[in-house]
Parts: sequence; structure tokens; C-alpha cells
Amino acid sequence: MSRARADEEEYWHSSKFRAFTFDDEDDELSQLKESKRAVNSLRDIVDDDDDDLERVSWSGEPVGSISWSIKETASSSTSSLEGRDSSLQKGSSSYAAFPKQVSSYSLSSLFKGRNKLPSFQSLSDALSDTGVKNYAPELRRPKAEYKDYSNDWSPKDTVRRMQRGKVCSLERFRSLQDKLVLLDEAVAGHDGNVITAVLIFLKRTLRREILFRELEVRQVALCHLIHFLRETGEQKLLLDLLRFLDRTEEVALSQYREHLNIQDVEKRREFLKVCIGLPFSAEDISHIQDHYTLLERQIIIEANDRHLETAGQSEIFRKYPRKASILNMPLVTTLFYSCFYHYTEAEGTFSSPTNLKKTFKIPDKQYVLTALAARAKLRAWDDVDALFTTKNWLGYTKKKAPIGFHRVVEILQRNNAPVQVLQEYVRLVEDVETRLNLATKYKCHDVVIETYRDLKDRIQLTAYKCKVERGSAEEEKINSILNN
Amino acid sequence: MAAHLSSGRVNLTALREAGRRELREFLDKCAGSKAIVWDEYLTGPFGLIAQYSLLKEHEVEKMFTLKPGRLPQADVKNIIFFVRPKLELMDIITDNVLREDRGRGPQRDFHILFVPRRSLLCEQWLKEQGVLGSFIHREQYSLDLIPFDGDLLSMESESAFKECYLESDQTSLYHAAKGLMTLQALYGTIPQIFGKGECARHVANMMIRMKREFPGSQNSIFPVFDTLLLLDRNVDLLTPLATQLTYEGLIDEIYGIQNTYVKLPPEKFAPKKQGEGGKDLPTEPKKLQLNSAEELYAEIRDKNFNAVGSVLSKKAKIISAAFEERHHAKTVGEIKQFVSQLPHMQAARSSLANHTSIAELIKDITTSEDFFDNLTVEQEFMSGIDTDKVNNYIEDCIAQKHPLIKILRLVCLQSVCNSGLKQKVLDHYKKEILQTYGYEHILTLNNLEKAGLLKPQTSGRNNYPTIRKTLRLWMDDVNEQNPNDISYVYSGYAPLSVRLAQLLARPGWRSIEEVLKMLPGPHFEERQQLPTGLQKKRQHGENRVTLVFFLGGVTYAEIAALRFLSQMEDGGTEYVIATTKLINGTSWIKSLMEKLEPAPF
Repeated sequence: MSRARADEEEYWHSSKFRAFTFDDEDDELSQLKESKRAVNSLRDIVDDDDDDLERVSWSGEPVGSISWSIKETASSSTSSLEGRDSSLQKGSSSYAAFPKQVSSYSLSSLFKGRNKLPSFQSLSDALSDTGVKNYAPELRRPKAEYKDYSNDWSPKDTVRRMQRGKVCSLERFRSLQDKLVLLDEAVAGHDGNVITAVLIFLKRTLRREILFRELEVRQVALCHLIHFLRETGEQKLLLDLLRFLDRTEEVALSQYREHLNIQDVEKRREFLKVCIGLPFSAEDISHIQDHYTLLERQIIIEANDRHLETAGQSEIFRKYPRKASILNMPLVTTLFYSCFYHYTEAEGTFSSPTNLKKTFKIPDKQYVLTALAARAKLRAWDDVDALFTTKNWLGYTKKKAPIGFHRVVEILQRNNAPVQVLQEYVRLVEDVETRLNLATKYKCHDVVIETYRDLKDRIQLTAYKCKVERGSAEEEKINSILNN
Repeated sequence: MAAHLSSGRVNLTALREAGRRELREFLDKCAGSKAIVWDEYLTGPFGLIAQYSLLKEHEVEKMFTLKPGRLPQADVKNIIFFVRPKLELMDIITDNVLREDRGRGPQRDFHILFVPRRSLLCEQWLKEQGVLGSFIHREQYSLDLIPFDGDLLSMESESAFKECYLESDQTSLYHAAKGLMTLQALYGTIPQIFGKGECARHVANMMIRMKREFPGSQNSIFPVFDTLLLLDRNVDLLTPLATQLTYEGLIDEIYGIQNTYVKLPPEKFAPKKQGEGGKDLPTEPKKLQLNSAEELYAEIRDKNFNAVGSVLSKKAKIISAAFEERHHAKTVGEIKQFVSQLPHMQAARSSLANHTSIAELIKDITTSEDFFDNLTVEQEFMSGIDTDKVNNYIEDCIAQKHPLIKILRLVCLQSVCNSGLKQKVLDHYKKEILQTYGYEHILTLNNLEKAGLLKPQTSGRNNYPTIRKTLRLWMDDVNEQNPNDISYVYSGYAPLSVRLAQLLARPGWRSIEEVLKMLPGPHFEERQQLPTGLQKKRQHGENRVTLVFFLGGVTYAEIAALRFLSQMEDGGTEYVIATTKLINGTSWIKSLMEKLEPAPF
């Protein structure tokens, strides 16, 4: 307390403003309290240009005169916040001549969602939550901001002043009509800052149904309110509003968005389950359903695999410890994981790749690509081979790839497949030019030589001789072809 | 320091000066020594207005970046927060202030400077945290339009497009209108206003209203601008999605230019010293400022990248020849003259070295197979080939898990070039994206749909071919070296937005009424009366000056195209460009993506 006072004094002494000093001995806290309460009740007074302690209100009566204070009390008691207000008006008149920086509270107070006194907390509030020091500077804010402050601004003027960052009280817009005019003015000004301020005032002072009804015909204001509710996380009101507007898909998406804030997977899963019942669009609903199913799966797989890993019994987990949990990973990542750790499992298990493929209707192409990448990473070349081998009804085997063998080669190459494996697939590339390019690039000499042989291109074949090692089997092969 | 701002037709130094003056005035309000706590995002834009020296002259002794926790020790009387009005920043400030209270040490005064505007919402937030009262001065610094170059102004409002088209929040338009009022106060009333799009209409309305409400704003300055053209970004959603192919555009695409600065991988900039064998390679990114103050950069920035190499090698020859001169300098006079030119030559040489290195870095990428494939697909879409079916390359990229933004850029481009995708195609892309990148991206896809970037073809009609043909958006015979048309900036595609500007200047929009009706939003013309004494009598052959304001962002390639038009011999119009934000496809799409929790690893 005493430190705060010292600060205050220091400020006034060093400031060009004429100081107002409270008669506040330390033991006179109660008096100070009252003073500040009074100061607060003056929020609607004009701060004159001069520093005279005696002031005249906009209506011409000296501030602090009885008639003035009655009027003042009256006007605030008819405000939407009456009861609470009037009790604090007591004793205000005798302190009415303070500097009126308090008006600074009036606008920001509009934002209060709670039905607290608009302009002020009692000093004890101030003491308890932030300490006097925080409060004190508020009183000594430069008065320039509150100059030409008035009670009589039209909606238009009020909006214009707010646009200039000036402080205004909105409390005097009491009738629905007035409030709507104010809102329309704010919207016409296009300044989102002001529109939002007015909306918060409306939100606080209008019944929900009325607010919603009026906003429905005021699209711009409506958008601002929705944005505001989203920013400040007032999810419930937001959903009510969207429901009222019958914007069901938005309700659904907006509710679904919430899952991102849920860290606990079990809770997240529960939440997603509820989301399935939300009115999503026809296209979206299957994705949401899949999202839920996927997380459900991941939870099961994760529990299982963590157990396997810690038990140390499973070779694959010993050899390739998991880098991260599979929870909340995308579907394709999950498929990769399952191709990596659970490739051979029967279709009945949740973690088997074929089961995932079926459940989520993963296209062939996507499945083959993922499985190929996973098996190649493990250097399981037999699995890779099996992936592209199909048997027809006569029992003949045939190589087929839904993604084109050039892609297979690329993926294998990225996983450092040995040349023997690589060239098997390079050979299967249909387009001759692509095949030659890939074979040359990855030094699959046999394929290059055979292709030139089939093309009967002696010149290229001769030229290729310098690319193979001298005295190698490849060189011999070229020579024998050339000699034939 | 800011000489490049006065190099253009309009001297933008005056605007910068106005910004500096306002800053000084605020600093002087907080008497005594000060420390500034910066919202990091603002340091870039502020850097274009003032250097530290200016702050220092006004007793700013320390500067910190805003972060949670205790404020660093500093023996100053004032702590000033320079912040954007954002709630998350208010939380950090609250934390700073509360901790300060508990700490010991000398008492310090707090102030907040909101940029560009005070926000009632933020102040309320601070109040709820119980710290609002701790601030003595709470003011705003209307940094609306920041001069970036002699012909370029930006508001650097990153979320302007999202706010306007996704959230219907027109606050950034209000700022744009205010910025335009400031410009008019400095450079005279702009007699003619043209516009296309909803937002353009709003801004024009606001300007007219502001003028009416402040009759005092009628000034007696001879108008510098003849015309203002307001363009909504959503009139041309296509252009930013395509990869820019000018030198500056590519630097931005690949490394991202922030407030005229770019950070580059350091390897190519290692000082070449003999015998060190690559030791001590710098690890810090190399930071360079890019603007027209640098002669060489001014010359090559707007060229198609394919034309940059030859300029650089020509310059190299000239410079080495200049250095060779020293052997011929015989007399004292000659030597003296040579020496006097040395500083200029040194600067030119280091500039050349820098840009050769940058060009090398870019070349590595533009010659890659993937860059080529990507560009091929883009160009197919823009010229109208196969826009109505699932594209193989896009599918491949998804399968290989290329960055999501790249995928979204391509899919959106296809959608825009087809006036929306067939439902089946759209569903297919959506499914692949969600399965590969995560279902939560459904929120982002939804945003893109709302912004009109990714949508089903509803009317069953594709207007794009008509628009393309009428506006000649695709040029088959493009000359990258010596361009004769703006389409060189995308090697074939002429940016729609700039085409609109070009056609407005000549022969006028009346010739394209039909196409204008196909593009979203109204088109309009307004006139602002000038007092008789200020009406311009144009000298014969004098160019008109048009200010083109892109609401929702502009790319470097579009800027290059407008500069190209300014320089055309018989063009008759010079352009100054203003925007809410300098964007490229990546930063733009990013601004529309739903913020998701960071991945667990």
C-alpha cells in the first residue's frame, strides 16, 4: 500500500498534470475506497480542458451538485444493470469533483461477460486481484483521451469516435431500437474492432433469442459474432447460434474442430464417436466415421505393440524399435506401420494390413505403394516379389503392378535395393525408353545390354561397352552379342 | 537510407517520413529512458520505417522480443510493448506484467503501442487478467501502408484475405481505406476510382464516406495519382496459385521474402579463401536485403529467370574489364580516377557475387525433375488441358507424401481453371488427402471451399475457357528474354489481375463487359471532385499514374508484370502498387489452413 502511494506521488510530482491527492492516510483506507467508488460513478462526465476541480457537466450543471447527482443516479439505475449499480451510487455526490479518468473503464467494461458492475470493481476487488499498484496508474492516465466525452453522441458519432480509438459508453443505448441502430452504424463503418465491441454490448444486454433473431438479418454482424465466439472459445453459445441459424454443417464442423484440443486419446475417441452423430454433409460424414474408426484401431494397436515392445519377445520390435506412437497418425502412415510390424498377420486382426485395407477401402494403388515402401525398408525382397506376383487359374505366375514398374524401381532404389533386385523390376518396365533410362541410371547392365540386343542397336551396344568394367561378365556378354 | 523510395514516379519518402514522425511523437510521450518489447512479427515492417538509431535518439536503450516469463532486467523508466492486437499476445504481456510486480528492482512504467490499431477486445482481455490498469499509455500506431520500394506499398496484414473472404471481417478493408486517405492527404485526392469485386466496392464506399465526414480533409495538394484501381484478390484466385517464374518471384517461392529480406542457405556464400579446404563453413543463414537500392537487383528482379543468367554473365565481363583497367592506368590522374571508382566497383562486384550465388541455388531447383513436372501440370491446367479429371501427377505427389501445401495449390489451381471440379473428382482428391495427411484436414478443405478455391462445379458450366480467351491469359509464343507481353512472368500465363489493369488503361473496361460479369463482384467507377485549381493539364507525352491496390494480397510476379507495363514505351501509364500483403501461393494457402496442433513428433 505505502509503496503504491509513493509511486503515485512520484508520478504526480513528475507529471505536468495537476495532481489530485487523496486525503489518504494509511489508516483511512475506507475513505479511499469510497472515494474511488465515487470516482467511478462519474464515468459519464465530460473531462473539461482545464484542470479546475469544479466541473460542469454537459448539461450545464456543476458536477457534484445535488441535482446533477440525482440525475446521474437515476440514469444509471434505469440501465440494464440497475440493482447492482445503484447500491454503489451512494455517497457519490460528495466526491463528485474528482478528475474523471474513470471514464476509461466504461467501454472496456462492456466486454464483461459476467454481470459485474460495468465500470468498476470496488477497491477491495482491485486490491484482492491485482493490488493497488495496478489500479493506481489507471487513475493517472492522460486525460487527453477522454476529452470531449459526452453522453449525447448519436449512434453515428459514437461509432465514429470508437473508430478513432476513443472511449465511449454504450450503456445509454437502451431500447432495442437504439441498439440496432448502433449496430447498423457500426457495420456501415466496416471497422471490425467497433462492430465487435457493439456486439459484445448487445450480447450482454439482449436476450439470446432476440440477439440471434436480429443477427440473422444482419449477415456481416453475424459473421463477426461467430468469429468472436470462436476466438474466445465460447463454444456453447456459438453452437446455439449456428443451430438457431440452421447452419447444421457448420455446427458439425465447429464441434468436430474441438477434438483437436483434447489431448487424452480415450477422451478424444469418445468425442469423435459423438461427432459421428452430427449433421455433417453427406460427403464428410464417411470421413468422420473413418477418423473415429482409425483412432479406435490405433488405440488397440498401440496398447498391444507397447506391450510387445516392452516384453522384448518380438524380434521385429527388438530390431526396429518404434520411433513414436502410432496414435493420431494419418491412415496411410498407420498402414505403413502395420505393413512394417504386422505384415504377416491374418486378416482377422485389427493390426493386419489387409484388414486396414478392407475397413477403409484403401485403393489398390495406395496399398501397394505403402506395402512396397514398408517391405523394401525391411529389405524383405521376397515380400516385394509376392506383392507383384499374380497367379492365373492355370497356375502360371505373372508380374503385375497397379502403379507401373518405373515407380516400383524408384521406391526400391530409394531403399537401397541391391542391383539384382532392382534389375528384375527395371526389366518389367514396359516403355523401352524409360526402361533404358532407368537401367542406365541404376547401372543394371544386363537390362541395358538385353534391351539394345532386342533393339538390334549395335552402335549403342558398342558405345555401352565403355560403361561396364573391363573383363567383367557384362563385357563378355556384349562381345558375344556383337560377334553373333 | 531510403533513397530507393524516391526513385519512382511518386516519392514515397514522404510517407515514410510521416510514419517516422508519428513514431517519434509517441516515444516522446513516454518521457525518460525506455525499453521496447517487440512482437517479433512487427520488427520487419518497422525496420522499413525506422532504424534503431531513430529509437535511440528517443532514449530507447534496450529492445527485447516478446515472450512469456519475466522481463529481462533493464535499468529504464519505461517498458513499451509494440504489439499487434492479438489475444495470444495479450496473454504473454499479462504474464510479463504480473511477474514484474512480484519482482524487485526499480519501478518501471508500462505502455502499449498497438499496431496498427487499438483493439477493444484486447484491452478487455487485459482487463480480465487484471493488468489493464498497469499501462499508462495505450495507443495505436497506424502503420497502414508501409513503403517497400519506390513503387510498392504493403499493409503486411497476413490474415487480410482470410478475414475478408472466410470470416467476412472487413476490418482490414477499413485499414486499407484509412491508408488510402493518408496517401491522399500526402499526395492529393485521386480523381478517378475504378474497382472490381465486393471488397473493392466496400473500400471505395468507405473512402467516399470518410471524405464526406471529414470535409477538412479536402486538401490543396496537386494530385500525383490520376487513377486508383481497387482489385479483389478473389476476382483472380488463379494467379497466386501458379509458380512465379520471375527472379524475385522464384526467390520468394523458394526461400520466402519477408519485409524485403531473404534468408538463404549459407553454403554458396562461403568466402572463398585458398587453402582452407572448406573448413569453417558458415552455418547461419545468409540474410540479404532485396530492393531497388541495389542497382543490379533492380535490373534483374522482374526478369524471367531464364533471362537472368545472361545478364549476370554480361555484368561479370563488364566488371572484370573495369578491374583490368588498373593495368592501363599509367598517369597519376588515371590512377586517381581508378581509385575513386573502386568503392562503386567493389559494391557492384559483391552484388554480382551474391546474385550469382542466388541464381545457382535457384537453378538447382528449377532444373530438378519435380519442378519441371509440377510446372508442366500447372501450365496444362492454365491452358485448359485435362482440368476435368483426376491428375496423375497430383496423385503421385500425394502417394509420395509431398508437402500438403503443394498438393492443395495444385488441386485448387485445377479447380479454379475448371470453374470448380466435378463432384467425383473432388471427392477423390479429398479422400486421398484425408487418408494420407490426416482426417483433421477436412477443416482446411472446408476453408478452401468457403474461399472459393476448391469447390464442386455447380452450374455445370466452365467459364474459364471464355475468360482465358477473351483476356488472352494463355500466350503460346512467349518471349522470356525480350518480352513483349506480361505473360512472360509465368512463362505463358498472363496474370488475370494485371490483364484487367492493362485493359482498363487501354481500351477501357467497356470492351470486356461480358467477362467482367463472369468474374465475382461488381465493377464500378467513381469520381472525386477536385477544386478547379488542381485539375491536371497533362503535358504532351506525360504518363498517367495509376495506383493499383490488391485487396487480399499480390505476388511478386504480378508486380513484375505491372512494372513491365510501366516501362513499355507507348504504355502511357505508370503503376504504383499497394496491397494488404505480399503473398505467394504457399503463404496464401497457409493463411487459409486450419491451425492444427503440432504433430507429436
